[in-house]
Amino acid sequence: MTVVDVAGARTRTDRLERIWAHRPGVTGWLTTTDHKRIGLLYLFTTLAFFVAGGVEALLIRTQLAAPNGTVLSPSSYNAVMTMHGVTMIFLFVIPMTTGAFGNYLVPLMIGARDMAFPRMNALSYWLFLASGCFLYAGLFAGSGPNAGWFDYVPLALRQYDPGANIDVYALGLIFNGMSSTAAAINFITTIFKLRAPGMSMNRMPLFCFAILAVSFSLLFALPPLTINCVFLELQRQIGFHFFDVAHGGDPLLWQYLFWIFGHPEVYIIVLPAFGIATSIIPTFAQRRMVAFPLVAIAELLVAFIGFGVFAHHMFATGLSTITLIFFAAASMLVVIPSTIQVFAWLFTVTGGRPDFKAPLLFIGGFIVFFVAGGLSGIMFAAIPFDQALTDTYFVVAHFHFIIFGAAVFPLLGGLYYWFPKVTGRMYHEGWAQASFWVTFVGTALTFFPMHIVGLLGMTRRVYTYGPGLGWSGYNLAETVGAFVLAAGLLLIAANLALSRFRGEPADADPFFGGTLEWTVPSPPPPYNFAVVPLVTSPYPNWDRADREADALRLARGDLVLDEGHETPSSTVRDARLDEILEMPSDSPWPLAVAACVALVFVMLLTRHAVVAGLAAGLTAIALCGWHLQEPEET
Amino acid sequence: MSGRGSRVALGLLAVGPLAVAGCGGNQDVLHPASDPQRAITHLWWIMLIGAGIGFGSVVLLLFLGWARRNRPGLSKTGGSRETGLVVLFGVAIPVVVLVLLFVYADVFVMRSTAAPRPGATAMTVRVIAHQWFWEARYPGTDAVTANEIHIPVGVPVDLVGTTDDVIHSFWVPELNRKIDLIPGRTNRILLEADRPGRYRGQCSEFCGLQHAHMAVEVVAQPKARFRAWLRNQARAARAPATALARRGRSVFLAQACSGCHTIRGTPAQGSVGPDLTHVASRRTLAALAIPNTPAELRRWIADPQAVKPGAKMPGLRLSGAQLRALVAYLDGLR
Repeated sequence: MTVVDVAGARTRTDRLERIWAHRPGVTGWLTTTDHKRIGLLYLFTTLAFFVAGGVEALLIRTQLAAPNGTVLSPSSYNAVMTMHGVTMIFLFVIPMTTGAFGNYLVPLMIGARDMAFPRMNALSYWLFLASGCFLYAGLFAGSGPNAGWFDYVPLALRQYDPGANIDVYALGLIFNGMSSTAAAINFITTIFKLRAPGMSMNRMPLFCFAILAVSFSLLFALPPLTINCVFLELQRQIGFHFFDVAHGGDPLLWQYLFWIFGHPEVYIIVLPAFGIATSIIPTFAQRRMVAFPLVAIAELLVAFIGFGVFAHHMFATGLSTITLIFFAAASMLVVIPSTIQVFAWLFTVTGGRPDFKAPLLFIGGFIVFFVAGGLSGIMFAAIPFDQALTDTYFVVAHFHFIIFGAAVFPLLGGLYYWFPKVTGRMYHEGWAQASFWVTFVGTALTFFPMHIVGLLGMTRRVYTYGPGLGWSGYNLAETVGAFVLAAGLLLIAANLALSRFRGEPADADPFFGGTLEWTVPSPPPPYNFAVVPLVTSPYPNWDRADREADALRLARGDLVLDEGHETPSSTVRDARLDEILEMPSDSPWPLAVAACVALVFVMLLTRHAVVAGLAAGLTAIALCGWHLQEPEET
Repeated sequence: MSGRGSRVALGLLAVGPLAVAGCGGNQDVLHPASDPQRAITHLWWIMLIGAGIGFGSVVLLLFLGWARRNRPGLSKTGGSRETGLVVLFGVAIPVVVLVLLFVYADVFVMRSTAAPRPGATAMTVRVIAHQWFWEARYPGTDAVTANEIHIPVGVPVDLVGTTDDVIHSFWVPELNRKIDLIPGRTNRILLEADRPGRYRGQCSEFCGLQHAHMAVEVVAQPKARFRAWLRNQARAARAPATALARRGRSVFLAQACSGCHTIRGTPAQGSVGPDLTHVASRRTLAALAIPNTPAELRRWIADPQAVKPGAKMPGLRLSGAQLRALVAYLDGLR
């Protein structure tokens, strides 16, 4: 290593520590704008919701373990089944992938010191937390959503569901969507404008491509859902007729608007998982991703084509043949970007020297389930097969292989992979590998037999079934599998919780990863990068000369930005240094705004329109307060 | 290591459905009893073989990665040869396979499962879905029944489906694909069985509290027996034969029963629940929830909410004598 002016470097990092210091204690967490802290808040909150959704799953499986189960009444089954779907999709997977992983990792991977809009980032989190509590408060008050997570009308209209249950659902999802929209705007801006100098688009980590694709999808997919829920509330609360045949409405309108959101949603769920896979594979295969540009384009294409396939959720509604054919063709087309990625992962592994540590094992499991679930997905593009097996347990099997096997396995692998980065300690490798096998067997045992009972005619969303249909044995196996799966997840939680306190200390780069987060200490300091890194390839941490040059620049004071609360911004395509941005400080206002918004929704739910209006005024005042508090000068 | 798990999964994928082919009830996609369903089942087996090959090759590649994990001498750059392989396996081969599947499934199989044009079949059955039972009408006759749709063997039937309340979906897996019944729309499907038998089906769109107990049975009979059945169903109810049954009829007409149910030939003309004119000729009650025996009928009338919680039928607090008479009357409606 070249001789470095150690004292100069130390002075500069000390100054950065002072400038970026967190407020102490709970206040620090409530007012934080640090993307890592917000990421951790997201992580623990989504994990709590994951536990809730998991308990609901176990309740469902216990009820269905044998014919004529009596653990749940029909009405509680319907609420539990609906909340399981709503929780896992809106309160676990999306906020976990974008909120927790995206928040924590994107700035670190692109060499930024924070997200582009740190206070809006905090607002996203508080809105998310409040919307989750809103939905669960409804459940605990006995008014949990109960018409299935896609909430078809007319079943969800007042006439058939007179309680507040569906209002909780509709308002809760509008509320939740605000959080995701804010997060998506933030990611797009961050990824476009805050990349380190030299990180042109073609050198951007594939994880960031995935988050970028997801953010654009969210931005275009959420408005149809929000509008749908607004229509539903207008009809339920004020008496509009959007879905009412007798007055010229149409119940299919709900399905169209829902699935224009709902299918891109599937890719929103799995794309970050693809991104995590493309982070873990090169590290453990110790080589660059094969076909890097193709994979990047494929990630964007999946998100784009994902908007053109939604009607395959409606193949049994009696659509015209030409509509069926169009959407079946699009559903087959969307397979191609996925096969590109699958084979890019596989050839990267087979052509490398893979080290099958726990994170890579989880990616192996991910590939197995993703390919199995993807193949059964192709079957649903065969219209007559779809029309036979849709709304049966076959489709439940298919999408759980995707949403659990393909979306959650990389999250679990990612938890292990970035654990040393976040905590500065290593997890226990032996137990981690054991936890993989338990989780893998549990997942296969839970969801594989569902294909078979689906073929045997078991329809989804039944709270019970009779004996004599040949379903009992498979259902029992699924229930046993669900508990094995839960044991696997508990093993992971125990491993990480114990390792947090007793694990071996980890250095900055325990796995020899290629991306920028491995260049900073573990855990990263509040300012992330002591010196703005200059990037010349997609795997900057493997460019030793560049990183030594960074160290020299830190000592020299070249692009250290230790004069204020600052981060550099760069041009969108080529990432040439553009300007230095003064970043906003910690602030209590995002929390205040979220609290006001929550009040608006509670008042709308309880039909206090006037108070809701007052709360909206309060929100406006809080937003003024937010903008009057200038970034602190240092 | 990952390869080992994959092989287990592959084994499951291959063996599982084969083990299935022999068992199951009479609601089984893999036991087709009509030409359209045979085409769908055939499509499934072909897709399963294709999926098995695809899954097998992926698992093989993963296994190769594991088996060769210790070989020396690799650069950290991906070669252009592998990019070519990604294009071959990830684009070229899938495109060919998908085009073939598209033509086979979405052109040919779809044609054989298509709904009949109105008037193209010799026979039509109207099905009206309700929370939570199926009403069946036979246009051209007065026959109205529930949850048990009789058809003649080998005769294509145009099933014309509507709903009275929320969205339901009509699906009898051994006979054809499913069709949603949506407010404001009339959807049709071809119903045909090429051998006599009872084919079970179930509502497959979530429709509320008793979605689980909204089953239907299609009974395919030889033509002569079907004609006899239809003639009987079209007749008005037979008069009660015993004194007990006559008392039962009075109970039926005096109590709330007649507000919701129709018994043709009596003043009872309700339209909320199933038509009971020939209720005793049916094999089950409450959309296949319970068998239609006097004991079960009595249990059902005495406390419907215990049998099918949420069902629209209230318990009427009848006395034991009233209940006995009512059951005797209904049990005579053959």
